[in-house]
Amino acid sequence: MHFDLTDDQKEIKRVARELLAARSSWARVREAAEGGAYDPALWEELRSLGWPGIAVAEEHGGQGLGAVELAVLLEELGYACAATPFLSTAAAAAAIQACGSDAQRARWLPALASGEATAGIGTRALCADGVGAAVLVLLERPSGEAMLVTGAEASPLEAIDPTRRYATISGGDAEPLGSGGAGAVAAGDRIRAAIAAEVVGVAQRALEMTLAYVKERRQFGVPVGSFQAVQNRCAQMLLETESARSTAYFAAWAADAAPERLPEAAALAAAAAADGGRSVTASAIQAHGGIGFTWEADVHWLYKRAQLDAALLGGARQHRARLASLAAARS
Amino acid sequence: MDLTFSAEETAFRDELRAWLAANPAGTAPHGDEDAHYGWRRDWQRRLADGGWAAVHWPREHGGRGATLTQSAIFYEELAAAGAPLPANVLGLLLAGPTIMTWGTPEQQERHLVPILTAEEIWCQGFSEPDAGSDLAALKTRAVKDGDEWVITGQKVWTSMAQYAKWCMLVARTDADAPKKHQGLTYFLMDMEQDGVEIVPLKQITGESEFNELFLDGARVPDANVLGGVGNGWKVALTTLMNERSGLAFFLQVRMRQLLDQLIGEAGERGLLDDPVVADKLGELHLRCEVLRLTAYRGLTAIETYGQPGPEGSLTKWMWSDTNQQLTQLAADILGPEALTNGAPWAFELLRARGNSIEGGTTEVLKNIVAERVLGLPRLR
Repeated sequence: MHFDLTDDQKEIKRVARELLAARSSWARVREAAEGGAYDPALWEELRSLGWPGIAVAEEHGGQGLGAVELAVLLEELGYACAATPFLSTAAAAAAIQACGSDAQRARWLPALASGEATAGIGTRALCADGVGAAVLVLLERPSGEAMLVTGAEASPLEAIDPTRRYATISGGDAEPLGSGGAGAVAAGDRIRAAIAAEVVGVAQRALEMTLAYVKERRQFGVPVGSFQAVQNRCAQMLLETESARSTAYFAAWAADAAPERLPEAAALAAAAAADGGRSVTASAIQAHGGIGFTWEADVHWLYKRAQLDAALLGGARQHRARLASLAAARS
Repeated sequence: MDLTFSAEETAFRDELRAWLAANPAGTAPHGDEDAHYGWRRDWQRRLADGGWAAVHWPREHGGRGATLTQSAIFYEELAAAGAPLPANVLGLLLAGPTIMTWGTPEQQERHLVPILTAEEIWCQGFSEPDAGSDLAALKTRAVKDGDEWVITGQKVWTSMAQYAKWCMLVARTDADAPKKHQGLTYFLMDMEQDGVEIVPLKQITGESEFNELFLDGARVPDANVLGGVGNGWKVALTTLMNERSGLAFFLQVRMRQLLDQLIGEAGERGLLDDPVVADKLGELHLRCEVLRLTAYRGLTAIETYGQPGPEGSLTKWMWSDTNQQLTQLAADILGPEALTNGAPWAFELLRARGNSIEGGTTEVLKNIVAERVLGLPRLR
């Protein structure tokens, strides 16, 4: 039992944190968000590092690492609130790698792993990075099976989160991932585990920005962070962030090492992230006071990202229902 | 990252499981607290005979030198088997390790074996009416008289005092010390003497787990000072640091069992298809798993870095909150059946109110998290 990152994984995290601090500052995120376009230089840099293929086998041009390493990168990209098609592309590639047929892997993985092509993920009603994607991995409701969709029409959706491009999808050719059924449902679990990892980073950033702010901002002659009501809010933010972290890394670990536990682990991660991300980032706005409500302060990017991530996860409620039925089947 | 148990950990679990299967604790006696305690005391004797009473103690003191993870496994399995905590839980978890850290060879020789075998029960004399969360504010006085100390004051929330032979007592030996956490001394006090009066406190459950302790001229010889005169705050911290480690896993499994039972009861009433009930049960399942996973992260942090990470301060808070939600949902699902005196769910509902107070209130835990983990400035 060792529930922590390995030294190699910590090194990936450190490198990602440093790189993104330099290449994806709030100024760059703001520029991308206000300009309505991703930062092409950042995407080129992530491609040159091989990150999109981190969880893709070497035979398909990837790094041959796993879901935990993908989660580490996603946590850091979430922390930076980076404006890139990384989540969609890397999560779709990881899902195709784990659950796709040989033909699907050969067809899509080399281009996705190199970042030459991008993918979209989500549903027809809400698809992240659908516009311009070579392939979409869409979840069918209510079966939860993941479908590979090509040749679809993607219409831009002006979501409240301008740090990511969203679309609605119509038409196109759809085929089940792998041979469909449980394998295709597991692909959805892997994608949700990836989104949950991003939310951990979003929440961590919101918490850290809040702590920095409430230590500095003074009212009544003292830092507002010395008020117990503010402190209790911050403690609650930590609890929710760490809850999301425990479950997101459990899901990433299960995806690699214990696939039979993935359905439950992914539901835990999705439920904790969907609610926790929204709650922590909302608290960040509140703790920033009036400044937090302005476009100028950067906490709102995190709040908006957390809202859309929760929507991509399908909301916490369906996952709680799934957990209840899993627990009922066992007890 | 590896969330599987090692071969050694699995072997430990298998050996313990086999022992527990061959040595069942049996059914708890109902309605009589003394009989219930006697059952737990007998249980500890059997654990001690099997070498299982204090797995986390070093081998030279009769333990198994278990790692933190093995210790967690011990408590998980104990709860899973439906067995109770050993009777002398405060001795095993608090007094023993504190005496091992601070005790003289004579003190260790005298006290450790009777703790292990439940021959001598221990209680904890820390809290006072005006010193709860603020322990350093305690007022109980110890005055030197020859080679003895004379103790005067009042302690409260003293669990198991009625069965205890010994008390971990912190008292003020220097009233003129410049800071309130200075001038304290940690004593090993014999409970069987004039000058120690035990008055049971009736709880909202109707039970009396706790007592008040009135100390009026109680005597403690010099030989029973632990860790030196004036060093009581440091010694007390050793006791307090031990308090939350092993039990978390026992309580976590117990809560899981309670949730599974509630899911069963909801199923019998056809309520699992009720979306509101399912949502709440799903949330409780999530919280139980978050607690289990976060507790394991805490173990890894301590084993790797020698100290808990930020998650370590959260588990007690998570547990008490979740247990209160769970027992309240039981009342929603079962209705009056869960609100009838003598019903197990009624007891759980009432007992759960203590969870967010005992061993550190949630409010103070949040303050500790804010100040020590998040580094926020203090305003007091």
